[in-house]
Amino acid sequence: MNRLQQKLQEDKKLLSIYFTAGYPSLNDTVSIIEDLEKSGVDLIEIGLPFSDPLADGPTIQASSTQALKNGMTTEILFNQLKDIRKTVNIPLIIMGYFNPMLQYGVEAFCKQCQEIGIDGLIIPDLPVDVYHDEYKAIFDKYGLVNVFLITPQTSEERIRYIDSISNGFIYMVSSASVTGSQSGFGNEQTAYFKRIADMNLKNPQIVGFGINNNETFTQATTYAKGAIIGSAFIKHVSSEKLDTIGDFVNGILQ
Amino acid sequence: MNYNVNEKGYYGEFGGAFIPEMLYPNVEELRQNYLKVMAEPSFQEEFNQLLKDYVGRPSPLYFAKRLSEKYNTKIYLKREDLNHTGAHKINNTIGQILMAKRLGKTRIIAETGAGQHGVATATVCALMGLECIVYMGEIDIARQAPNVARMKMLGASVVPAKSGSRTLKDATNEAIRDWINNPVNTHYIIGSAIGPHPYPDMVTRFQAVISEEIKWQLKEHEGRENPDYVVACIGGGSNAAGTYYHFLHEKDVNIIAVEAAGHGVDSGESAATSVLGNEGVIHGCKTLLMQTKDGQITEPYSISAGLDYPGVGPMHAHLCKTGRAEFMAITDDDAMNAGLELCKLEGIIPAIESSHALAIFEQKSFKPDDVVVVSLSGRGDKDLQNYIDYFKI
Repeated sequence: MNRLQQKLQEDKKLLSIYFTAGYPSLNDTVSIIEDLEKSGVDLIEIGLPFSDPLADGPTIQASSTQALKNGMTTEILFNQLKDIRKTVNIPLIIMGYFNPMLQYGVEAFCKQCQEIGIDGLIIPDLPVDVYHDEYKAIFDKYGLVNVFLITPQTSEERIRYIDSISNGFIYMVSSASVTGSQSGFGNEQTAYFKRIADMNLKNPQIVGFGINNNETFTQATTYAKGAIIGSAFIKHVSSEKLDTIGDFVNGILQ
Repeated sequence: MNYNVNEKGYYGEFGGAFIPEMLYPNVEELRQNYLKVMAEPSFQEEFNQLLKDYVGRPSPLYFAKRLSEKYNTKIYLKREDLNHTGAHKINNTIGQILMAKRLGKTRIIAETGAGQHGVATATVCALMGLECIVYMGEIDIARQAPNVARMKMLGASVVPAKSGSRTLKDATNEAIRDWINNPVNTHYIIGSAIGPHPYPDMVTRFQAVISEEIKWQLKEHEGRENPDYVVACIGGGSNAAGTYYHFLHEKDVNIIAVEAAGHGVDSGESAATSVLGNEGVIHGCKTLLMQTKDGQITEPYSISAGLDYPGVGPMHAHLCKTGRAEFMAITDDDAMNAGLELCKLEGIIPAIESSHALAIFEQKSFKPDDVVVVSLSGRGDKDLQNYIDYFKI
């Protein structure tokens, strides 16, 4: 059982923060991770920037574009993270699109992740069936959890299939949207959160997209195991408020 | 060797559907229905009727006598430039709008580079009375004002893509995001033989009318259905896919794919994906694409706005890898000269995209009795300013 799987067994609601590696400056990666852990975040998604992030809204895309301009590459990210386990204990996940991983070599990528102490990957454009047929054995070999997304449109049958292949958590996209595109949850979302909770899946669910404050965090975690904040955090650090990461996290957890 | 798509959506190792889960229901609905819908007699009837009465098909297969004399071979031009809206793009948008209606969609989105596909989409939306939103890179909007005006006159909303490089690939990203945000009522009309399965196959089947017509038209001209060569330019590759489709498994037909070399394949400003690209994932499919060694997608260059896409459709990637098609790269200069030559010799002003296909005759020799069919994919009206600037007319 890796750090992520252990964390998911703790009896508490989890806060996960996403940030784009290489943003706002190329070498902010390690200090952001350390500050997030100190602030009480439960797990961190490190975004490997991509030129064409299809599932992301303007905030995360702009941060990715800036990170690439700053010179971020897969190799540089791995270098920045090579000693991360000397200072950081919480689970770390790399979130990125498939093409950069494909170019690095999927096995080489997974091997690097294991050596660094990465616990899981989220690859939004790697479909479940391709993962299952071609890459699952590699992920298993290097002890990596792969996280899949579901949405309000995902059929029950497909959710059960995704649950059967997952071995960490299920990333529950709160509504039909890209990241950072909505504010607040209505009855429709609450009903969806409850519907999924009632399915009694073997993997816990963590809600992402549309969480930006204590209210939405609380709503999301009423039925789910945890919640992920991305765009709202990117917006916070973009205004050069790197020294106020603790305030941001406190505002969410209160 | 099979050159068509297999049941999993692959052409050899290329293709598939590399999409975020948010798009899965949309794409899956299409995948489960597209062949069934296309096979319905009422669909076929409506599609063919519109191609005939509205688009103006069949487009002529024209024996280019003076061009043939100059290059000492038999050159036929497939006149897609004579279609309504001035290019082959309308074949696909007619097919997809009928598909969208049968799937109960009320809202249409599309991406466009130079605006040709946007105009073809706005046209069919007006024809069918459906809402139309076209995503177009902010930079392309500025340099393609006449097509932006056309789309607006046809009732479409043109939304600027302001992210990334603000060109075609970003317009495609924005259209995909719109589809993620509007999963139920919206159909996305992709303009080329790219995207997640079933798009490359569906677009190819709608464009296949080009090669279907070439067969019987050539029979009338030459007494045989198969030419020795079929030639088409390739950006994403929809006119090429349609031009090749019925010849893919005809061993006596040579296939030539013409890419845009821009300022030269090695100049750093090019769109010759088969030479400069390698395997990767772009816009939902595995194919050949231009990218950094780190897997970031790069911005291609060509004087022709229709050819500067950083990838090629997965069918073409397979044709390239297997050697079924010969890929050639034509520079801006050679294409412009070939375009002007067609004006002088045949009285036809071609689109700059199509001029790339015409330029191969300066680079490659054919036998006097070879029959070479070139897809004249579009007309040059939209490129007039480029021709004026280039030749200082």
